[in-house]
Amino acid sequence: MLCQECQQRPATLHFTKIINGEKNEFHICEQCAREKGEMIPGTSGGFSIHNLLSGFLDFDMAGKTHTGGASQAQQLHCEKCGMTYAQFRKIGRFGCSSCYKYFDDKIDPLLKRVHGGTVHVGKVPKRGGADLQVQREIDALKQELQERIEKQEFETAAQLRDRIRDLELQRSQR
Amino acid sequence: MSEFAFTEHALSTWMRGEGQDSDIVISSRVRIARNLRSLPFPLVASEEQAGQVRQLVVEAAEQAKDDLGPMQSVPLDELSEIDRQVLVEKRLVSPMLANESQEAAVVLSEDESLSIMVNEEDHIRIQCLYPGFQVRQAWERATEVDDSLEAYIDYAFDDRRGYLTSCPTNVGTGLRASVMIHMPALVMTHQIGRILSAVSQVGLTVRGIYGEGSEAQGNLFQISNQITLGQNEQEIVDNLEGIVVQIIEYERQARNRLVGESKIRLYDRVMRSYGILTHAAIIDGKEAAQRLSDVRLGVDLGWIDGLPVTLLNELTILTQPHFLQKTFGATMNTSEKDMYRAQLIRDKLVKSKE
Repeated sequence: MLCQECQQRPATLHFTKIINGEKNEFHICEQCAREKGEMIPGTSGGFSIHNLLSGFLDFDMAGKTHTGGASQAQQLHCEKCGMTYAQFRKIGRFGCSSCYKYFDDKIDPLLKRVHGGTVHVGKVPKRGGADLQVQREIDALKQELQERIEKQEFETAAQLRDRIRDLELQRSQR
Repeated sequence: MSEFAFTEHALSTWMRGEGQDSDIVISSRVRIARNLRSLPFPLVASEEQAGQVRQLVVEAAEQAKDDLGPMQSVPLDELSEIDRQVLVEKRLVSPMLANESQEAAVVLSEDESLSIMVNEEDHIRIQCLYPGFQVRQAWERATEVDDSLEAYIDYAFDDRRGYLTSCPTNVGTGLRASVMIHMPALVMTHQIGRILSAVSQVGLTVRGIYGEGSEAQGNLFQISNQITLGQNEQEIVDNLEGIVVQIIEYERQARNRLVGESKIRLYDRVMRSYGILTHAAIIDGKEAAQRLSDVRLGVDLGWIDGLPVTLLNELTILTQPHFLQKTFGATMNTSEKDMYRAQLIRDKLVKSKE
């Protein structure tokens, strides 16, 4: 297959881009890919991941309302470290852990693009995350409780209910 | 504090050539990014704040020493430029830590399989580097170290976003798991491009031996996860392992096909490279890496006897520019480096035969 850009060299990169549900297939050669600035694994195209990220953010801004939205975003800043949202957009990195809180509703689309998800489901700190650990256990038990009830296994369900009650009590006393 | 021995010798645990599938997977690495709750990330931290981070983390590592085993902490600014670069070449610290970080430090285990970087892009980067295909084992160690440190440090953690990191690409688990794979047959049979682009479609990314932005040398590629949020650590490790198992299989198939279809040509290539490495007087880094790759393939195929894989791994590092300077002393220009490199490879290969 020839490169769809130059029609001269064989296409060595084949990929599918999905942007807002719109699917596009690409078959191009490395040289054209580099010229177009597409990401090629294993090579450095001369621009960093952070540039890419800020590209995503610009994209988000463009999709938003045109009435004063941008200037409002310029003003948005983290009250702890002082980083403005504009700065964050430029460098693609946060200044401190509080930035996540102040830029919260802005970063969902970015996280979705980079990771596919926006919510952490992995490890929780033993000490600092004790509450969340208990919450996750309660959620899991509640789900199991529902299943047991549906299966009419009331004895197990009663045990689960007691366990949930204990955990909730523990949590409120902390 | 004892002597700083880490830059005196090239050999490190990850080069031992042990572990599963070590003929194709050279090493497995896991790094997790963590930050202190109370201080700004290194990117915007003042020198004073960065100093506080360094003190807090080094102290925590000291307090956790019963769990961590024998460790040595070193502020990078106390090392010479050469020693810093040698640590990079041995993959014990990242280029960013060595070159761009203020108040940087590294806490290293005696066997060099664990390093805790302080004030890199994030306050803490825990790295476990194991020989062969041992991603799971590396993760298990890293998470233990993480727990040990967390006993003394308040991490920046959010119920919804997970572990908070300076770059949004690391947020959530903060986990980057990677393997370094030797894929000469896939490169020779021109299948590598297809494999690499397939890999990038399943949430993994491919880099050269020294990480982001570095070029692939000697048919060595690093494959790592891209996603850190919305998947748990187990899924991330499983996903990487699953893909790598397949790549190993493709590489083995490609080797078998090469041996089946053009054995004599492959044999010629391997032996020519072996001849050049044992006799050349001048060799640049790129050629050395390529020839070492050929020789490694020859060892894997049983064509070259009595050459331990450990030695080939060691040579990959010994022949890096800063390590050459460290070994032979004095500063040298590029053509002198090429001479010393050839001499060193010759000596090592001939000595192993005696």
